[in-house]
Amino acid sequence: MKVIKKSPITSTLSVLALALASSSTMAQDLSITVTNLTQGLYFTPVITAAHTNENHIFMAGEMASDELQAMAEGGSISGLSSILTNADANINENPAAGLLAPAMSASFDLTNDSTNTHLSLAAMVLPSNDGFVGLDSWKIPEEAGTYTVFLNAYDAGTEANDEIRGSGTPGEAGMPVPPPLDPLLGMNGTGVTDMESNDKVHIHRGSLGDSDMSAGISDINNSVQRWLNPVAKLTITVK
Amino acid sequence: MLTFNTQTKSTRNLAKPLVIAGLLTLGLTACSDNDNDVPPPIDPPIETPMEHSYSLTLTNLTYAQPLSPVAVSLHGDAKMWQVGQAASVALEKLAEGGDNADFIALEDNLATTTAEGPTLPGTSVTVNISTMDPAATYLTVATMLVNTNDAFSGLTGVDISTLTLNQEKSWRLNVYDSGTEQNNEAAGTIPGPADGGVGYDSTRDDIDLVGYHSGVVSKDDGLPSSVLTQAHRFDNPAVKLTITRTK
Repeated sequence: MKVIKKSPITSTLSVLALALASSSTMAQDLSITVTNLTQGLYFTPVITAAHTNENHIFMAGEMASDELQAMAEGGSISGLSSILTNADANINENPAAGLLAPAMSASFDLTNDSTNTHLSLAAMVLPSNDGFVGLDSWKIPEEAGTYTVFLNAYDAGTEANDEIRGSGTPGEAGMPVPPPLDPLLGMNGTGVTDMESNDKVHIHRGSLGDSDMSAGISDINNSVQRWLNPVAKLTITVK
Repeated sequence: MLTFNTQTKSTRNLAKPLVIAGLLTLGLTACSDNDNDVPPPIDPPIETPMEHSYSLTLTNLTYAQPLSPVAVSLHGDAKMWQVGQAASVALEKLAEGGDNADFIALEDNLATTTAEGPTLPGTSVTVNISTMDPAATYLTVATMLVNTNDAFSGLTGVDISTLTLNQEKSWRLNVYDSGTEQNNEAAGTIPGPADGGVGYDSTRDDIDLVGYHSGVVSKDDGLPSSVLTQAHRFDNPAVKLTITRTK
């Protein structure tokens, strides 16, 4: 993940303010926009949190927690919200008030406590079995300015990518299909695979899909619902 | 994914003493002309706007996607496209057919240039652009991946006002989809050498919002009606762009 910094505020006033404040003891006001860069994926309700540097909602190469699995397989963020609340995180939930449609953005403000120096984000990507867009513990800059972070799609490693209509309940096969996705997906796919041999969180290999809306191996439309990384852009303004 | 490098050429500091030495020499030469009968004419001071010049090098990082003639423009604070917004007709023509004439002619542009021909995979092209307009401090670059329905790469509305002389910046650019033509990869719809089909078609039969491209599928990877092969697939980034301020 690469970070780009734009237009830092370097007025004497802000430099003075930083000098007077011991750098890590102030709460910060953040203005955040998450953009779905894709033209064919929907994001389930997004959860964003500022937390201490010791916490992670996921880590590539590690097993997913039950809470992450529930988000990645069914879009439910209540479990993640609850563990973040217990960790005294500052949390924003569901800024798009539902699904974040292709190419759409959602904006919100977040004030982080002085100890909550790192930012994480997660949302399931649809259609997928257990794909999610994620940010793992990005250090929030102390300097005022606007920062851009590009996010990749991960696979929670908890469910086989059969790419056929099914369930969003953790541990049950198939993809959840909420109403806006219903007319966009194929039917009667026979299943791409029933194996998930990498059970760690990893970069999603992408969907295979097929071009047959009424048969084939996948219910995913291969000319619309595949993706290349990055799949999301996060714009963070530190005030 | 987008990378951002800043580098100042080390020759800059070396050049300074040479320039000073040159000025001293000129000064001495002028002194020797003191007893000339005709005094040199004194030009009234003229407020000359400073010229800014830039050299841009674009490298095609793909395997088999020629890039249409790259369009470069300088303008004020504006974006020529945005994820989540509909493409302009000018951008649609560039993204569907590789024709950048309308895009170059956009009213917001204060200075423009274009590459003379396509940039083939594995090759680079360098173009130069100059402006006297102090407002022309934002950069836009756009080019089509021609073996696609409507894929393009580039960047838009990037502030270059802080570039110092000889400073260079580089980006690795991702691929956008103009959202104006569905990615059916069908015979007759792709203007590049893979098909030789129609470029721009005013019909908008896709999402009609600019977004990131999902890649081509090709007939070798599950789209039997595609004229494209495995060779035409691509990934991000597709283009490397470097700008150097030369004046």
